[in-house]
Amino acid sequence: MEIPGDLRFTPSHEWVRMNDDGSVTIGISQHAQEQLGDLVYVETPEMDMSCDAEQGVAVVESVKAASDIYSPMKGTIVACNPALADTPELINSDPYGDGWIFTIMPDSLDDYENLMGPDDYQAMTENEG
Amino acid sequence: MSKISVANTSQKTPLYDAHLEAGGKIVDFSGWQLPIHYGSQIDEHKAVRTAAGMFDVSHMTVVDVKGGDAQSWLRILLTNDVAKLSDGKALYSCMCNEQGGVLDDLIVYRLSETNYRVIVNSATREKDIAWMQKNKQGDVTIDVPTGLAMIAVQGPKAIAHVDTVVKKMLPDITSEQNLKRFSAKFIGDWFIARTGYTGEDGVEIVLPESSVQALWQALLDDGVRPAGLGARDTLRLEAGMHLYGNDLDEEHSAVECGLAWVVDCDDEQRHFIGREVLEDHKAFGGKFSVTGVVLEGRGVLRSGQVVQLAGQDIGIVTSGTFSPSLQKAIGMIRTSKPMTGSCDVVIRDKPIAARTVALPFIKGGQATFS
Repeated sequence: MEIPGDLRFTPSHEWVRMNDDGSVTIGISQHAQEQLGDLVYVETPEMDMSCDAEQGVAVVESVKAASDIYSPMKGTIVACNPALADTPELINSDPYGDGWIFTIMPDSLDDYENLMGPDDYQAMTENEG
Repeated sequence: MSKISVANTSQKTPLYDAHLEAGGKIVDFSGWQLPIHYGSQIDEHKAVRTAAGMFDVSHMTVVDVKGGDAQSWLRILLTNDVAKLSDGKALYSCMCNEQGGVLDDLIVYRLSETNYRVIVNSATREKDIAWMQKNKQGDVTIDVPTGLAMIAVQGPKAIAHVDTVVKKMLPDITSEQNLKRFSAKFIGDWFIARTGYTGEDGVEIVLPESSVQALWQALLDDGVRPAGLGARDTLRLEAGMHLYGNDLDEEHSAVECGLAWVVDCDDEQRHFIGREVLEDHKAFGGKFSVTGVVLEGRGVLRSGQVVQLAGQDIGIVTSGTFSPSLQKAIGMIRTSKPMTGSCDVVIRDKPIAARTVALPFIKGGQATFS
């Protein structure tokens, strides 16, 4: 699957998309959903919650295992994907689109600049084997 | 998300390349590189419940026990009584220590009074063999044959597929194919047993490594779907079957793990290892009980989660998962007293409502409760 060029990535396999209003949307990568397998449950963060960079704010669970999803930057939760409550498998079928998990309004964009681009992320996953 | 596990330099089975070809995601499983799934664990699970799936179980350990005292020795080594077996029959049993703690669970097949095949778990292989050697008595040889592989074909259509394929691959064999449930026999150098770990009908075939790729391919061509370790785990848990290391260990007696039915005390003269404790636990109860649990609230049950009753810790989840057949989280719990009715399971610091149900969760492809 082609990685959309507008995405940035964390080393912990979240993708980050900058929106026009300055908010950022977060999901997990194609590679991550493949590794987890069929997703069966997603716990999204509470709305209006403040979070720090690298704080675990959501949980995705596949049949196999539970995995924390970390916020890539400090900010406030402004949206969560309501479709995931009943159709967590959207993360498997469309990880970079309908399978988005939450959106935050970041306090600053400093952390965004440190995230990996698609090529660097791809290289990292290939090195992981 | 956090860690992604990557296969390391552990052992490969002869079907390793076949797994890659089928799109298998390889993981390390107690020292073996095996597929966790081939794309969708849930689809594989459903294939086994409704049609047929196959598992590479070549990592399992085959132990052949032979000799004039094979039967009398196995009657001491195992909690279940092999004297109940006639030729070609199988028996599920525990092998326990003197305290009744479970060293392993296994299936023993009687080929004749002086020839038994025992199939034990791979993670416990060295420990099991050492225990058998240490406790060996009389005219008994213990052999761990090498060069073998094993495929489990499971599901309501498994027998039909295996019949077709075996007739094609072993055309010279005229022996009667019909194998009753929980029976086994050799057809040529293939050992075929109508047993499994999914709660479905099916067989487990132990055969020479040199033939296993051809068998896998023939089953694949006949429409049997490859299924990985992930589906194997959800299938066995739905069927209420125990997993060694999760639901069974040396710290708890076989009775405390919910396996009183494989502790056979009928013959008072049979002094099997662990009998004193196990017989006592059977009569008066041990310190723990096991039952099934279904989560009523949202989330997924996982091993290690704490079980509560009215805010008090009363036990733990020993195995937990999301049941593809029931579309609910299910688990096995070990509690300090027998449990019925409702309880809570603590998931990420929050108590979530659950209710106990008798094992298994699924029988004949259907839920056993409403």
